[in-house]
Amino acid sequence: MATRQSALARALDNRTTLGLIFMVPAAALLMLFLTYPLGLGTWLGFTDAKIGRSGEWVGIENFTYLWGDEVMRLAVFNTIFYTVVASIIKFGLGLWLALLLNKHLPFKAFLRAIVLLPFIVPTALSAIAFWWIYDSQFSIISWALLKMGVINTYIDFLGQPWHARFATIAANIWRGVPFVAITLLAGLQTISPSYYEAASLDGASDWQQFRFVTLPLLTPIIAVVMTFSVLFTFTDFQLIYVLTRGGPLNATHLMATLSFQRAISGGSLGEGAAIATAMVPFLLAAIMVSYFGLQRRAWQQGGSDK
Amino acid sequence: MTIDSGKVSTEGPPRGANGSSLGAANEVSVGVLSEGAPVAADTQGMNYLVSLPRRVFTVYVPLTVFLIVLLFPFYWMAITAFKPDDELLSREGNPFWVVNPTLAHVKKLLFDTAYPDWLWNTFLVTVAATFISIFASVLAAYAIERLRFRGSRYVGMSIFLAYLVPPSILFIPLAAIIYKLQLFDTRMALILTYPTFLIPFCTWLLMGYFKSIPYELEECALIDGASRLQILVKIILPLAVPGLISAGIFAFTLSWNEFIYALTFISSSEVKTVPVGVVTELVEGDVYHWGSLMAGALFGSLPVAILYSFFVEYYVSGLTGAVKE
Repeated sequence: MATRQSALARALDNRTTLGLIFMVPAAALLMLFLTYPLGLGTWLGFTDAKIGRSGEWVGIENFTYLWGDEVMRLAVFNTIFYTVVASIIKFGLGLWLALLLNKHLPFKAFLRAIVLLPFIVPTALSAIAFWWIYDSQFSIISWALLKMGVINTYIDFLGQPWHARFATIAANIWRGVPFVAITLLAGLQTISPSYYEAASLDGASDWQQFRFVTLPLLTPIIAVVMTFSVLFTFTDFQLIYVLTRGGPLNATHLMATLSFQRAISGGSLGEGAAIATAMVPFLLAAIMVSYFGLQRRAWQQGGSDK
Repeated sequence: MTIDSGKVSTEGPPRGANGSSLGAANEVSVGVLSEGAPVAADTQGMNYLVSLPRRVFTVYVPLTVFLIVLLFPFYWMAITAFKPDDELLSREGNPFWVVNPTLAHVKKLLFDTAYPDWLWNTFLVTVAATFISIFASVLAAYAIERLRFRGSRYVGMSIFLAYLVPPSILFIPLAAIIYKLQLFDTRMALILTYPTFLIPFCTWLLMGYFKSIPYELEECALIDGASRLQILVKIILPLAVPGLISAGIFAFTLSWNEFIYALTFISSSEVKTVPVGVVTELVEGDVYHWGSLMAGALFGSLPVAILYSFFVEYYVSGLTGAVKE
């Protein structure tokens, strides 16, 4: 009995044994509901599975079909357009807001807190507010523009393809700017003010200080923040689902919403899974571009090569 | 994230305030716990040289515009929720104010729809998923960061990669699995699937906090004969309380806001969560009850907003810590 207990005690003292035991809850949940579905999703992409019926292997049939599918092509274009435009504007506005919040301001902590609000409330619910703001008959934006004499008739924000694209992008930017701003602000706060003092004593203008002090020191954080921002934007689902469900005429379908429509609403699990699988290479490419693209600039500017 | 633990310090010249010479572990602790507070106090720098009128145009005006745009949808949500229908649907008068505020929309929401059920479901699912995730994440983060078992580096890396897997490519196969486990249309389906995006995030956050706790404390306790479990419960956890709060707040808001899994795995009205219920059930045909819709959105957002307002600092330090690390 004594030896058995000490064997158990010794096992629990062994860091590897104990470490593996501690990993069990997390590993079990992640294996079953993350790793396994990731593999299953790829497999489903090569089958003709329907809801309630497991499918047969059909090779790359789903992918060849999707390759020729006009809607799929449009969705790919929309996703790339949405991600590129929204990410660039989010970066510009986010950086600007971060620089503003980094100034010496009254109620700074309070300002920072309320700026983050759009990011923390449920996106589906704030999207509903945007749906009402974009309403074709009672839109407050149309009302204001009409009163100011800018337009004559109410704008159909979500009823026309390009209007709808830009309206959804605007809503996405509204939600994403706080995240970019607050995380970049944290980066700005780690830059010592003595650099700015030195730079301004040397006669550097505001722009030069930003360009040669702020930007190089901020680049590593920008790379990480923008990588996440691109990831969130590329896989966005809620905003589009709530605002347009992909319409009008599929003009705002992203790959995520299209895969939902085909797999869950339409019942073709296999086809939907194929669309989701097709997102992966695009996603990896987007991450590579935003991460390494920005990282390399840091290296060119004299940062260490890690 | 792994890619640059302490990168900030190695990129630039040595920084006085945060002391890059103290090594990566300390860098992270500074980043996560105090978030550059010593520097923030005097960022005023040379600002006293900038004249007031110029400050008004370069700082206050743009900042005000930002705030108005960022907060307007909330104002609009709130004002619509209390506007009577005839004011909502008229183009006359001032739309930015309510003349005769009404509770009719709120009453309709609470008594004529399943909204209270949705709130209760969201609350149950959120609390359960949060606790499961925190429990699993504490053990995992302690094992990876402090026990440093063989292969822990790779496990840490794969946890980070798991965080990058977006729900929008997982929901289809997950739906198939949920169906097979006969969990379809139950709260359990959500309670079990939410940890897939919560655990990676919380584990990463907690690893950062655990890293900042000195090893000496643990060694002393080991010499005094404490077991690893005792060390975790009595030494590490009390010191990592801010990290636990951050992780808890994050897990809570992320699961409260979750949409795509809840939309896919739930079909009966009485098990729906607030975001899904509001989006799918409050619209009857072509008639949009904007008042109730906005009231639903408002009351669905309030719980996270209130929780957030109490723990802003923890939330922000969690967000920035996780990105910076």
